[in-house]
Amino acid sequence: MTSGESVAVTVDGKKPRGLGVVLRSQMRNIAPFLTLICLFSFFAVASPSFATLDNFGNILTQISVTGIIAVGLTFVILCAEIDLSIAAIANVTGIAVAYFTLQDSYVNIANVPMPGWAAILLALALCALLGLVNAFGLTVIGIPSFIMTLAMMQIAAGISALLVRGQIAYKVPPLVTTLGSTSIGGIPWIVIVAALMLLGGHLVLTYTRFGRYVYMVGGNREAAEYSGLNVKLILGSVMVISAVCAGIGGMLGVAHFGSAQQNEFDTYLLDSIAAVVVGGTSLFGGRGGIGNTIVGLFVLGVLNNGLDHVNIDSFLKILIRGLILLAALIINVYAQRLRERAVE
Amino acid sequence: MPSGHQPILELRDITKAFGGVEALRGVDFALSPGEIHGLVGENGAGKSTLMKIIAGVHADFSGRFVLDGRETRFRSVRDAHAAGIAMVHQELSVAPDLTVAENVFLGNQPTNRLGLVQWRRMAREAGEQLKRFGIDVDPMSRLGDLPIGLQQLIEIARVLSSGARIIILDEPTSALSPPEVERLFATLKRLRDEGTSIVFISHFIEDILRVSDVVTVFRNGRKVAETLASETSKPALIEAMIGKGREALEETYSHDIMLPPPADAPVVLNASGLSLARSLRDVSFDVRAGEVLGIYGFMGCGQLELARILFGKLRPDQGALAIAGEQKTFRSTAGARRAGIAFVPESRRDMLFLQEPVYKNVSISILDRISSLLLKPSRERVIAARQVEQLRIRPAAVDLDLGMLSGGNQQKVALARWLSYPPRLLVLCEPTRGMDVGAKNDVIHIVRDLRAKGLAIIVLSTEPETVLSLADRVLVLKRGAVVREFANEQISKDRLLEAA
Repeated sequence: MTSGESVAVTVDGKKPRGLGVVLRSQMRNIAPFLTLICLFSFFAVASPSFATLDNFGNILTQISVTGIIAVGLTFVILCAEIDLSIAAIANVTGIAVAYFTLQDSYVNIANVPMPGWAAILLALALCALLGLVNAFGLTVIGIPSFIMTLAMMQIAAGISALLVRGQIAYKVPPLVTTLGSTSIGGIPWIVIVAALMLLGGHLVLTYTRFGRYVYMVGGNREAAEYSGLNVKLILGSVMVISAVCAGIGGMLGVAHFGSAQQNEFDTYLLDSIAAVVVGGTSLFGGRGGIGNTIVGLFVLGVLNNGLDHVNIDSFLKILIRGLILLAALIINVYAQRLRERAVE
Repeated sequence: MPSGHQPILELRDITKAFGGVEALRGVDFALSPGEIHGLVGENGAGKSTLMKIIAGVHADFSGRFVLDGRETRFRSVRDAHAAGIAMVHQELSVAPDLTVAENVFLGNQPTNRLGLVQWRRMAREAGEQLKRFGIDVDPMSRLGDLPIGLQQLIEIARVLSSGARIIILDEPTSALSPPEVERLFATLKRLRDEGTSIVFISHFIEDILRVSDVVTVFRNGRKVAETLASETSKPALIEAMIGKGREALEETYSHDIMLPPPADAPVVLNASGLSLARSLRDVSFDVRAGEVLGIYGFMGCGQLELARILFGKLRPDQGALAIAGEQKTFRSTAGARRAGIAFVPESRRDMLFLQEPVYKNVSISILDRISSLLLKPSRERVIAARQVEQLRIRPAAVDLDLGMLSGGNQQKVALARWLSYPPRLLVLCEPTRGMDVGAKNDVIHIVRDLRAKGLAIIVLSTEPETVLSLADRVLVLKRGAVVREFANEQISKDRLLEAA
């Protein structure tokens, strides 16, 4: 092979980049990490009960459902699209898996009991189908994802409403119960599932051809098309991935909370988007990844948890979260500009 | 004419580096009031970089910047505007969805006391301004609906009528027809006589010689010559541009060229009866292996649409494509790529990922050939490094972000993408537009090599020279229909222009 010359060609390009350029172009990765360290240090000093191993376990458990949903959303945002239906799809999938499980007699839902595996498969099929509808609307009809998934949010909420009719279901298949609400060796299963899904997402994005295509489509969609990539197929795939991740999060979430009911996941929409964006994944697509999402999850987790540990007006918490999100968005947009300038 | 006056603008010892790659090295540049200053040099020689420094785009450079005898430093384009400096960039920067009038007044629409836009006044004044440049369009029509050449002219008109006292034009004529160029030059001379200083960058050396008072030549980030236009000549400038020792390959194509007789090779692509809305009418042709088919026509003749149909980006309303005798319908560009079709659009930026490293730009279209599920980055780098070496892409660094390379080198990367696994059919739109002599020759050699390897190649261009230097057979497209085919006969620039 030509490795002799090609190594020489490869290497000498890396040297001339100054530290300033590297720092500027890495702004989106550095800023969220600094935010996390600052928040962590602040709460550790402000509250003696915050920086404990127990509480760290709490944080992990608290961010698990968001983490599972955020895996798929990371793919979508990397493609410069958005999915507003994730919380609603999580909800309907959690309700569906309960709907197909035998409930106690006092639960007044006209449900259809089935074996556990069938219930899980049907629930997964439902979320995949809803993801496909999103994909169809986005790529074939050409509805912007913002609008398409807004409609899907309502559709999924509507299906949820029809299934439970204002009631609450409690039972889910044993496998879901185990993964959602039990621990192994002191570690909650739900944390393990979240970690594995984040890892899986990272591996797919970093080491597979599909992952490269996701970044390229997000980086410059027109160029991806002129490079002979099937852009619609890739966009459609990320919408399905997002819906399925949301569905898994929803099933485990129902087991984790101990009940399935309407509007249970409403806060998870904003939390998941916040986790991805606070972590530094570019809203313009093509930059960021699961690593960023993990940092973003911890920023939100530490913030939510830490605010409970310090003595603060609980109504003020919402405002503080909003301000932190705004700051992250500013950094996100600013980092994009810095990088563009560094490249020019 | 340049005189003993104090220069309006003087740059001293300017050095500018991008990520360690020096684009300008110790350049001095002076501009007198009321002169047209021509700038020539190969792609990547540093012309555009210097002009972007003057226009406030690049604020980060070393050296002295003296305006009106006072040392200044622009922090942004806005600062430069405030100082009366305006630039027309090589790439169009218009708002296609706004009206012509809004584009003309972009950023300073006339408003009444309430701050509301005075539409009627804006339309009237825009129309008057454009008429002075000989442009007669409805000021309220959508800019994006006009041909590219007209859009470029409107952008130039906007800058020229902005009242700036220093105007920089970077390749303004590449999309203009000959009469439009004439009108532009007349306007430039009028502005000069009124005292405006103009910098004019072009690869068309005849244009530079015709319109400039002073000519400066750049090579490899240095200024290598500065002379009065009346005291130099085209061969002298080319020699200064590319350095001694390289043959100045320049052809005028004023003489006749003999097109070869048709080859007997198998047909690679057969297009029959292609029609598309208002753009194409019943276009049919064949391309054979080892043949370069030139498709010539003026801006807006339907070439762009035709090329996009061939690559599956547009679906024709009627007509069919057959690859090697097999009927094909492309649902996406991926389908066309898998059928062995490669495509380079007229604007290279449309197919490049400037924020990604060079090797990812080279490998993107062949990833499915070199990896199934998992990526093989080391393999990608080796393949990219081979192309970088063969095409003499500079700097030779496959891990550098593509945006750090000069325009000409980016164009080579766009070609390099398709060369590691040669396709069956290569569709090239405007393969040499905006290129200097050296890069043009590189591209011509690459295309000839590929033809020799048996590729079928379609070259679509609005520049007769490009078609004449490459094609074995020429189709002339006019208002969406094929009006003439040149094969196995004498052809010249005159005949081509006559047919179109």
